[in-house]
Amino acid sequence: MSIFSTKKSWINLTIWVLIIALIIAAPSVLPVFRLNLLGRYLSLAIVALGVDLIWGFTGMLSLGQGIFFALGGYCAAMFLQLNSAGEFPNGIPEFFGLYGVEKLPFFWEPFKSSIFTLISIWLLPAIVACILGYLVFRNRIKGVYFSILTQAALLVFFNFFNGQQKLINGTNGLKTDVTQLFGQMVGSEIMQRWFFWVSAVLVILAWFFARWIVRDRFGNILIGIRDDEARVRFTGYNPVIFKTIIFSIAGGLAGISGALYTVQSGIVSPQFMTVPFSIEMVIWVAVGGRGTLLGAILGAVFINYAKSLVSEALPASWMFIQGGLFILVVTALPEGVLGWIRKDGLRKLLFLIGLNKKLETFPSLEVNEQGEVKS
Amino acid sequence: MTTPLLELKKISVSFEGFLALRDLDLVLNQGDLRAVIGPNGAGKTTFLDVITGKVVPTKGDVIFKEESLIGQKEFRIARKGVGRKFQSPRIFENLSVQENLALAVSRPKTPFSLLIDNLTVKHLDQIQHLMSIVNLQLKANISAGALSHGQKQWLEIAMLVGQDPDLLLVDEPVAGLTDEETDLTADLLKSLAGDHTVLVIDHDMEFIRRLDCPVSVLHQGHVLKEGSMSEIQKDPLVIEVYLGQSEEEE
Repeated sequence: MSIFSTKKSWINLTIWVLIIALIIAAPSVLPVFRLNLLGRYLSLAIVALGVDLIWGFTGMLSLGQGIFFALGGYCAAMFLQLNSAGEFPNGIPEFFGLYGVEKLPFFWEPFKSSIFTLISIWLLPAIVACILGYLVFRNRIKGVYFSILTQAALLVFFNFFNGQQKLINGTNGLKTDVTQLFGQMVGSEIMQRWFFWVSAVLVILAWFFARWIVRDRFGNILIGIRDDEARVRFTGYNPVIFKTIIFSIAGGLAGISGALYTVQSGIVSPQFMTVPFSIEMVIWVAVGGRGTLLGAILGAVFINYAKSLVSEALPASWMFIQGGLFILVVTALPEGVLGWIRKDGLRKLLFLIGLNKKLETFPSLEVNEQGEVKS
Repeated sequence: MTTPLLELKKISVSFEGFLALRDLDLVLNQGDLRAVIGPNGAGKTTFLDVITGKVVPTKGDVIFKEESLIGQKEFRIARKGVGRKFQSPRIFENLSVQENLALAVSRPKTPFSLLIDNLTVKHLDQIQHLMSIVNLQLKANISAGALSHGQKQWLEIAMLVGQDPDLLLVDEPVAGLTDEETDLTADLLKSLAGDHTVLVIDHDMEFIRRLDCPVSVLHQGHVLKEGSMSEIQKDPLVIEVYLGQSEEEE
């Protein structure tokens, strides 16, 4: 099979060279507005990597990743709000004044620390995912029931956050663009340029991390759980532990993604926990290529970029295009765009329209490890 | 007298009032090869479900290596040394033959170890050895889903052996195999007995005869008769409930 894996790594290498070239070129080519959009979409690629791990590899379709995404965003926003609350009455963020709150709610306290914040951005969502996941997986809830349950959990979180004006400014959310960090306004051009770099580096690190997880037998067990969970159990593995771990990792990645997205879009609000947004995350992965980590990144970045370009040109049409794209992928390219390219889709397409010849193969051709053909 | 490896004591399983197993007793000693036959619905698969922890019996006890298995999780029972092959081949179709076997031979089976440790040379040798037993060396890197039905059955048996269980429960290993493959499977199972204890469930009388081992006949959730194949075939009760039927069908 080595000829195929060589081809796969060749495709991967090409795509990576292009991505890195684009990332390096982007800050000097793009205006800040566009650069900021690209930075946001790169941060969304991190949550997409998590979705790919739990859905593409492990087969658990979570429609509730928005929970973890928003939690990461709130952690970052709470720190930023506190960091620039000095000049406001009582030394607490401004919005509290609107609701007559004079004392900082207790859970805000630790977010005065930057180190606590940097850890909690990924650890808090991971812990929530761990608890939620363990309870669900222990009871062997899977398939469509798992999807419905995660969506229900999302709605619970959404409604809770929406209603808590006195704690986290409820439906208005927490603004970050007018807060201060390192003596600079977070929404300023120079900070946004920095956040772009941070997002770009973290996407690549997150990819390496995800790659490392699925590289060997751990990843194979995840695929095994997707294909035949009972077999995994009778082979002596406890699927509950593996599912809980991977769901927690996806939660942690979603948290990092949410924090980066928040600082680049200037606000975190319960809108991050709406149902359509969490479903969109799944669409990015489906279009990019389930079970191909790179596909998740490409799907998230390109679909969102297309969304902003299309919405500028034809404001009402994006939902139709997105729906059409999803239907196209599900029916014609079930393995996503990258999965299709890796499976020789381009050559097959060229053949269909008559521009290429079929490869000649011998029916019972077998290839050994060294790539030598055996009869 | 040594203590038996596996002992089923008066096992009853009731599915909403329907008794799938009724006071089933069975004893297997270390190194035994045992065949279990019985008409459809006799409770053959339920009986494996009980041993492997998939079904909790309403009544009775399962003793394995002097320890009760009742209420234990499936993966723990598997780690204690009970391996199971399912009726239709169940392998990880999207993994290669080699990867399938690597998961079977890996130890310890904890997430951390899978992530950090590399397979040892011993394990790699074991994988090569298993592939040579079932004749799949040339398919080492081919995804298991692309194998033929017979090769899938063998891969699953090889995975089972890779787990190095004391007790192998084999459910209809020759369903859908050619005669030649059936003979090879019978020889394979016979060679495994001795080191392992093997329990085979099947319909195929030729295959059971070839195993040349004690047979238990299951009927309506109960052991009707135990004995060698020739004894079983002469027993009027067995003929009535099972062999008679299958002869008519033929």
